Amino acid sequence: MNPDEILKFLRLTYTALSDGALLALIALALVLIYKATDVINFANGEFMLVGGYIGYQLLVWLQVIESPSVAVLLAVIGMVVATTLVGVLVERLVLRPLIGEPIISVIMVTIGLSNVMQAIVGLIWGKNPRPLPIDIIPRFSPFRIELEGARRPLNLLPDTLIILVIAFILVGGLLLFFSRSKHGIAMRATADDQQAAMSMGISIRFIFALTWSLAAIAAAVAGLIIAHVTNGVSGDIPGVGLRAFPVIILGGLDSIAGAIIGGFAIAFIETFASGYIDPGLKTVSPYLVLLIVLMIKPYGLFGQKRIERV
Amino acid sequence: MEFLSRFDRPYEAQRPPIHPLIIDKISLNFGGVRALNEISLRVDPSQIFAIIGPNGAGKTSLLNCINALYRPQEGRIMYGKVDLVKVPPHQLPRLGIARAFQNIELFSHMSVLDNLMLGRHIYMKKNLLQALLYWGAGQREEIEHRRFVEYVIDLLEIQGIRKAIVGSLSYGLQKRVELGRALSLNPTLILLDEPMAGMNTEEKEDMARYILDIREEWGITVVLIEHDMGVVMDISDQVAVLEFGRLIAVGKPEDVRSNPEVIRAYLGREHR
Repeated sequence: MNPDEILKFLRLTYTALSDGALLALIALALVLIYKATDVINFANGEFMLVGGYIGYQLLVWLQVIESPSVAVLLAVIGMVVATTLVGVLVERLVLRPLIGEPIISVIMVTIGLSNVMQAIVGLIWGKNPRPLPIDIIPRFSPFRIELEGARRPLNLLPDTLIILVIAFILVGGLLLFFSRSKHGIAMRATADDQQAAMSMGISIRFIFALTWSLAAIAAAVAGLIIAHVTNGVSGDIPGVGLRAFPVIILGGLDSIAGAIIGGFAIAFIETFASGYIDPGLKTVSPYLVLLIVLMIKPYGLFGQKRIERV
Repeated sequence: MEFLSRFDRPYEAQRPPIHPLIIDKISLNFGGVRALNEISLRVDPSQIFAIIGPNGAGKTSLLNCINALYRPQEGRIMYGKVDLVKVPPHQLPRLGIARAFQNIELFSHMSVLDNLMLGRHIYMKKNLLQALLYWGAGQREEIEHRRFVEYVIDLLEIQGIRKAIVGSLSYGLQKRVELGRALSLNPTLILLDEPMAGMNTEEKEDMARYILDIREEWGITVVLIEHDMGVVMDISDQVAVLEFGRLIAVGKPEDVRSNPEVIRAYLGREHR
């Protein structure tokens, strides 16, 4: 095999891995809400947008701090707190009045919510992209891989690796929370049967607020990572959120494992299709594969066979 | 020694105090329909109290009011010093009130054990880190809850299906698991909505025996709705009869059985 080809394969794999981790994180936010409340949150991308902009604003305010790592740490903590509040507010003001209404109404409302959130972000920060004042991940010099006979060496950015680690920690943390903690188990119980959960002493409202907050945090972190990768916050962030829909449909709407595996699968399909066949295939390829998968497994690879058709 | 006595009867630890249940002139309307009309009842501690009546008489509505799922427009439901009409439904287990539903409401994708362990949810204090490490206080707590659940499993004779997924079990077993889940809350008052519906004679006898055992051993109050008159008359201390949302009789089973109004409204109609 030609050394250039080997390097190209390595480069594509490396990109796909970090992209997949990011997609898995975004998809997880969707799955979390679907599992606990049966709602498909079409405002997920806007949660990323709002989270990204809140992170940006905090960085602007905190850049006076001498040490950039302290500033970033404080900004991230502040962003988590703020997005938790956003999650609770959305649940309280928008979704709680809809308890008992058909699920399809709630889903329509999340579409409306996405427009409102975009408009609010536009009002406060305007339409122009803004670069992050401090790098949230330090820009290390790239790894250099050289192969004998290759025309150019391969440069790999360490950022990508760090993003992968962050996504893994978050996804793993949420996974453990869901499977092991008292509230995680209460969330699963709520998803299964709300009336029974209530009779077991579980507060449905608290669980819903918790779910929306966790999803908002996951989305906000994803938004900030995208801002880092694309060199700034902009109105394009929700577009990345849309890429999570094929992920959850592929993996199964209610499967956390599906979100993770689906995230990597879609990232690999996109990257390899655009790298080896045609760059234009990047957007289309996930849907092509999705069509085939849905023909064979209509509930997704890991989904339970009880999907509401909307 | 303390260790032994504590686990011989695990339900004696951590249980909220038992009270009489006093239903004071409650009325419930759905739009123009009067589902319950000025019902007053008193259920003494450790009684088995049956609510009977024809379909649509308001039996389940009454249970839902006690369970805080419905809010009666008038009246009070006192359990100790607490008016259940004003309490959010998820607080009831903390007051010692548990419920098993008519149409089974189990977490059907979870195992029997997980369903029962969820009943221990309100007593769990450990944090995520302790739960993850499964060490120290976290481990001790988990073992203690598991011991309680195992006690319930023994009592209801469901040892063999501990790990089975609830959705895969027969109807009769699911009913039993739902009773077990309610018991895992360690309640002082348990509300059973048709615990024997759809069961064969043998299963009914088992269920009646469990209900008597629970009352005998745990000393808790049982309020149940049941259509099988034989069972009701056998196991209940008190029977209340509802018809069209009104209370038409209440008393000992033999008195209710001979009450002419009841015979007309309920028993008579069935045997005509």
